[in-house]
Amino acid sequence: MKSKRIDYRIIYRIIKPKSRVLDLGCGDGELLSFLVKEKKVKAQGIELNEAAIYNCVEKGLSVFHGNIETGLSGYPDNAFDYVILNQSMQEVKDVEHVVDEALRIGKKVIVGFPNFAQLKARSRLFLKGKVPITSSLPYRWYNTPNLHFLSIIDFKDFCREKNIKILKKFYLSKNKVIKILPNLLALNAIFLIKK
Amino acid sequence: MKGKGIGEVSVKYFTFAEPPEELVLTSGQKLGPITLAYEAYGELNQKKDNAILILHALSGDAHAAGFHKDDRKPGWWDMMIGPGKAFDTDKYFVICSNILGGCKGSTGPSSINPQTDKPYGLDFPIITIADMVNAQKKLIDSFRIKKLLSVVGGSMGGMQVLQWFKSYSNNICSAIPIATALKHSPQQIAFDEVGRQAVMADPDWQKGDYYGRAKPERGLAVARMMGHITYMSDASMEKKFSRRMKNKNYSYTFKTDFEVEGYLQYKGDSFVKRFDPNSYLYITKAMDYFDLSGEKLVTEGDESETRFMVIGFKSDWLYPIYQSREIVNQLKYRRVGVTYCEIPSTYGHDAFLLEVREQTHLIKHFLSSVYKDKKNEK
Repeated sequence: MKSKRIDYRIIYRIIKPKSRVLDLGCGDGELLSFLVKEKKVKAQGIELNEAAIYNCVEKGLSVFHGNIETGLSGYPDNAFDYVILNQSMQEVKDVEHVVDEALRIGKKVIVGFPNFAQLKARSRLFLKGKVPITSSLPYRWYNTPNLHFLSIIDFKDFCREKNIKILKKFYLSKNKVIKILPNLLALNAIFLIKK
Repeated sequence: MKGKGIGEVSVKYFTFAEPPEELVLTSGQKLGPITLAYEAYGELNQKKDNAILILHALSGDAHAAGFHKDDRKPGWWDMMIGPGKAFDTDKYFVICSNILGGCKGSTGPSSINPQTDKPYGLDFPIITIADMVNAQKKLIDSFRIKKLLSVVGGSMGGMQVLQWFKSYSNNICSAIPIATALKHSPQQIAFDEVGRQAVMADPDWQKGDYYGRAKPERGLAVARMMGHITYMSDASMEKKFSRRMKNKNYSYTFKTDFEVEGYLQYKGDSFVKRFDPNSYLYITKAMDYFDLSGEKLVTEGDESETRFMVIGFKSDWLYPIYQSREIVNQLKYRRVGVTYCEIPSTYGHDAFLLEVREQTHLIKHFLSSVYKDKKNEK
């Protein structure tokens, strides 16, 4: 697996060969395509962007044109071994519903999100009095697709409140996994969770 | 979409179900012998694993691509079929089959009933989409093709695709239903019924027994005019006609003032020259009876390896996008691998014949991926 993206490399490592995978917001299908080729997974993507759909089809992937909310409904319980919600959870309107549904149709769910409490984000807010812009939160306030802003601690609290089990967690800087002070230093986090 | 076409082609005929081995229809009635008209393009390879079956819509025929001798107009999907096109005849063997009940060379109500030596007329049994597909299966068997690489079709052709999957999922690697539905809604049945009533209200219809006499042309023309309205969209009609006039000023008569009126009349008049009114009744009825909704498409417990590509068009109000999504949802529920794309066309239902670039891109890559998977299996 030779992706430039560390989050893809982490998710790739988590997923076991020949499993069934649903990627919610699969983009151009880079990750799924690696998983299909190298781990022989049975993959299904959901993507809203039409151009990205064409890219997925070029890669030979099964991809469903639609938003994440409508894409989730209709699957039976435990239809997939893994449901991937990478960099898309914070963009959906009803996070609780989407996470519940993902946990219903997936035996395990992989959630990846940008950490709003990373040092640079904090200092920009605290010292400059401006909305954070970091490499994992690159947008301006007026054009961001993110509807929800959360930190790693927030997500852990969320899992505790909802009785969601955290099986694995990875904290990422720009291009490596970090272990210390994740809520302060990590740009992104990836959690493997289950009901 | 330039590139060479496939040149001159001709219709072929396949006859089967000779008595006493007639085809048993969904209604329980028997029919035979049956002839199906078809055309074929490209070469069937030795393994016979590169065959694609194309299925046409209500008024289509077997002539999907290329030119008939001395004909200026190519087949109805010529932009999609040929060397280097979406259905690449350098790679695939493409068959387009006419339907049972039609009037373009296949057995239908205008064919001669061997028991009376006269055209069937209303003695022709009511047929269903499943009957059409069962007949096509015989045609495919005659080529000794065990497994089609794909079955493809738009509108009623898409219904046949879904029926192929339902009846013969082990005999197809993939399915591409376009601008179609699991069942007709009351609105779709209503449009069909108005069309049928227009035909039957024509005094020349004579309870279907008009062969050798005047054809109920006015009725069929009106049905076709209405049909054409449903194939377009408000936006595409605005673009194509707006309120443009035939002449500069209103005539203050009931003559044709607006271009759209002239267009519909022309379409109606040219349709009656090439179509049998009774076939129109039988085929629209078959579409109305079609129903693979709910869990009928994929039965519980079935694990299908068939791959799907479902295509819908946003401005299609005759077969609205929600009907494409229903197909996808049924497939999802049974975990069938499905690619689904909503193409933002303004052409309405006609888009499946007109949106060549997008469909080519989607179908070409989809087919080559299915073909590659099939080769890797072995």
